Formats: sequence, structure tokens, C-alpha cells
Amino acid sequence: MTSINLILINWNYIVVILLMMAGLYIIISNQNFIKKLVGLSIFQSSVFIFYISLGKVSGGTAPILTGNDETLYSNPLPHVLILTAIVVGVATNALGLALVVRIQEAFHSIEENKLLALKKFSEQEDRQL
Amino acid sequence: MVEFWVNVFLVSLLVIITFNIMRNKRLIAIVALSGAYSLTAAAIFVNMDAVDVAFTEAAVGSGISTILFLAALRYLPVEEAHETRYPIWSLALCVIVGVLLIIAAFALPEFGDPNAPAHVHVAPRYIAESYPLFHIPNVVTNVLASYRGFDTLGETVVVFTAGIGVILLLSGSTLSMRLKDADTKSEENSDNASGDIVKNSGDDT
Repeated sequence: MTSINLILINWNYIVVILLMMAGLYIIISNQNFIKKLVGLSIFQSSVFIFYISLGKVSGGTAPILTGNDETLYSNPLPHVLILTAIVVGVATNALGLALVVRIQEAFHSIEENKLLALKKFSEQEDRQL
Repeated sequence: MVEFWVNVFLVSLLVIITFNIMRNKRLIAIVALSGAYSLTAAAIFVNMDAVDVAFTEAAVGSGISTILFLAALRYLPVEEAHETRYPIWSLALCVIVGVLLIIAAFALPEFGDPNAPAHVHVAPRYIAESYPLFHIPNVVTNVLASYRGFDTLGETVVVFTAGIGVILLLSGSTLSMRLKDADTKSEENSDNASGDIVKNSGDDT
């Protein structure tokens, strides 16, 4: 019973780690660049959830002052950090997508192993010349 | 208590969405699922009192990000072509790292503990002192704009740089080619003529 309680209390942290590893697995093992980018954003969001979980105070409320001295507020500092991180994350996503579109244009493929094979092929041709 | 169980449910929903993303091969479904992931994350943020983060995640993470992905998909193949590579090795790596991190996670302060070190040191000062100084009731906005204005300026610079990068990447030597392609495409089916990707990403960043 106590071990189930322990897992339930730390459920957020456990799930965050599961999501992080799922994102990492998608990035390592998938060939498609779009799927890799989605994996990256999953990894990123899991870190956001981790930070917000650390900032939660049970029985607390959103850190908007009510004027009542006895109100308990959640920690506002992780919120500030993550607010910045979300916007920067979308900017990096946009840049990654632009790169993927250019790769598709230049090589007509966005699969990593196909591009590596193309590279090998062109190197062999260079050597023969 | 209700708050806690809602949290457990929503967080478990994220796991289900993630495993569907892992199994799916159609890119448009993957992008739609990642939008759903962001929206669920926004709900979790509301439940954990991070309202500012929640509406940023809902607008930027699940809105603009999904739109950018869909705009890019217009120029890309619809399906993933290949099988996953090194599935066993990467799975083993992820499981080992995950187990180590979970063991470490049990050493963290309990979820929601009001006496955790993070809550007793700096945060009370911001909550107590920010209103008399700046007269803004929302502490998050206050810290973001008043205490850390230069930090936010730096963030804007990052976004601006990314925008320039996107424009430079997409307006290179092949721009005329891409525009010609889009023109012939839109002539083929004129009702499907949504603006070109350069314009889209320029506006969004």
C-alpha cells in the first residue's frame, strides 16, 4: 500500500521521465525528420511539465495576488522560466522545419538513411573521378 | 484531492498520446497528435496553477507550432518511408537512462510539499515585495516584465534571429523554383491556393 502511495505521489515525476525517454527514443530511432522534430518537442514539453510540477504547492492557488494575506500561492519563478522556454521552443521548431523543407527541396527525401546513402554514393563518385 | 486525481488522469493521457505518436507512420496524424499533446499539457498547467504558462502553451505550443508543421507538410511526403533503426539499442539506452532518472526522482521533495527548498527561499520575496514596488497583481507578469525585462528582451532577440534564419533559408536561390511550383499547383486546383510558406513563416515568427 505504501509503495503504491509513493508511486502515486511521485506520479508526475515518473510520467515526465517516461515522456522524456519516449521523446529521446523517437529522436534516436526514427528516420523521418518531421517525426524527429515532434520527438524533440515531446522531450521539451516533458521538461516544462517537470518544472511546473516542482513549482506546485498543494492547496496553493495561481500566483495572482488576491489581497488576502493568508492565501497560499504556487511558486511563480518556474512559471516565468517556462513561459520564456515555450516561445523559444517554437522558434527553434520553426527553424528546424525550414531546414527540413530545404532538405526536401535539395534531395527529394527527408529520411535520414536515404540521405546518408546519397552522401556515400556521391563520395564514391568523387573518388572514381 | 480532486485536483490531484485530475492531474493523474491528464498526465496519464499524455503517455497514451505519446505512444500513439510512436506507433503512427502518417505524418499528418503525428502532427495532429502533437497538437493534442500540447493542449493536454496546457490543461495540466491550469491544474497546477500555472495559468500564464497554460495560455502560452495553448496559443503558441498547440496553435502556432501545429500551423507551422502543417505549412511545412505541404512540401513534404505524407508518410514515413522507413522502419525504425537500431530499435533494440535505443530502447535499451532509453530504459536504462529512464530507470536511473526515476530512482533519482524519488529523492526529490514530495509533489506539492509547501516546505520544499524551492518554495522557501526566493519565491516568497517576489510574492511579498512585487506588488508594493510595481503595483501589478500578477506576480508572473511582474517578474517577467519588471524584474527580468532584459531576459525577456533576450528572448525576443532569439525569436527575431530564428525568424531571420527561416526567411534566409526559405528565400535562397531556389525560391523562384518553389514559387513556380506553387503557381502550377494552384493553377491545377485553384480552390486550394493557400499562401506560400515564406509568407506564412515570416508572419508567425
